[in-house]
Amino acid sequence: MAELREELKEKLIEQLSLEDVEVSEIGDNDPLFGDGLGLDSIDALELIVLLEKDYGIKLKDPKEGKAIFESISVMADYISKHRTK
Amino acid sequence: MSDCFINGIASISAQPTTDPDTFLEDIISHKEAIFRSHDPNYKEYIKPAAMRRMSKSVKMGVTTASMALNNSGVEMPDAIITGTGMGCKQDSEKFLENILNNDEQFLTPTLFIQSTHNTVGGQVALGLGCKAYNVTYVQGAASFETSVMDAQLMLSEESEINILVGGIDEIAKNSTLLHKLDGQIKEDDIDVIKLLDSDTPGTVASEGATFMVLGAETDKSLAKVINVETISEGTPLEIKASIEKFILNQGLSVEDIDAVVLGNNGDVGYDNYYNNLQSSIFSDKEQLCYKHLIGDFHVASSFGFWIGCKIFETNQVPAILKVNDISAKKYNNILLYNQYLGKNHSIALLQRC
Repeated sequence: MAELREELKEKLIEQLSLEDVEVSEIGDNDPLFGDGLGLDSIDALELIVLLEKDYGIKLKDPKEGKAIFESISVMADYISKHRTK
Repeated sequence: MSDCFINGIASISAQPTTDPDTFLEDIISHKEAIFRSHDPNYKEYIKPAAMRRMSKSVKMGVTTASMALNNSGVEMPDAIITGTGMGCKQDSEKFLENILNNDEQFLTPTLFIQSTHNTVGGQVALGLGCKAYNVTYVQGAASFETSVMDAQLMLSEESEINILVGGIDEIAKNSTLLHKLDGQIKEDDIDVIKLLDSDTPGTVASEGATFMVLGAETDKSLAKVINVETISEGTPLEIKASIEKFILNQGLSVEDIDAVVLGNNGDVGYDNYYNNLQSSIFSDKEQLCYKHLIGDFHVASSFGFWIGCKIFETNQVPAILKVNDISAKKYNNILLYNQYLGKNHSIALLQRC
């Protein structure tokens, strides 16, 4: 799981162009939206695409993303349970 | 036509042009046929959260818009009008690459949103919270001038408004190379400073952005835009006649023109449009060129507006711009002329305030 969390942090930085952010600066339980990493609704759409493309998880309802993308830990947990690739 | 004044202007180009206290003092000597702009520290003008998604053209546009507004003292424009020949090419290419690489699936929103021609106008408006008139003109090498003409029309209806007008174009990996393949860009790298002496087809490609604030005369006014005209096509003789007619239509004669700023780009196939003017009606005028400094791109002619404003402001002309030995005694009327591949000719007349 620790490996997946690190992988997710790297993907987030690359996919969302977080140029000034280092992997070490993203805490496992930091909120990704709002006061934490400061992601916004466009980032949420990018993450939905990332889930499907890299892990084979297709969210039927985009609103599910709100809970899934709460933090790196929550995301990693969800991916490990639902991934198809 | 109502009076139209340039009350603030800023330009990013392949030369250091963002310092308001200098006028082409430190020249960068480019040695390639394709070269990028000289960038300011964009972080000084754009918040990191907003900047992370921005391509080069958006960064250049948002920054020069901010600088021009700052110069003019205008906080919120009443309209935003942008011109671009090719739009946001970098994100368009990335989006198309994703379509190909991912078999038309998994397309992300950011690249799509930012692949349109009006992205810069939209991003400037978003940054300012400006919900006013916002239009982008895509008119080849006359895109910037077309935007200025729209602003002039708006000012003729409502003279007390402030209009942010800009031109933006960027280099992108694939589409710029396509222009090399079709001969628009020179086959071999050259010393760009010597571009105007070139006797080969094609030009050199670069990128840049110029924004200006147009409105009624203020204590910050840099120049008066007497008029702007575009002509789709014409022979060198027809263009010469059109320029003479344009000057007469402003109630002036060729004798009243103090200096001409020309868009010569070293393309042996099309510089005859300029040469024909330089050896005839403008033979006794101070002649200035700039594409051997900033390269060519669809809104490169906007740099001519920046040069005109700087001349009025400083009463000086950097030697690097001069292509003949004549020096004007005064700078009251400066005429700008540009064309690309014999099409999209533009004529503009700037006057000292």
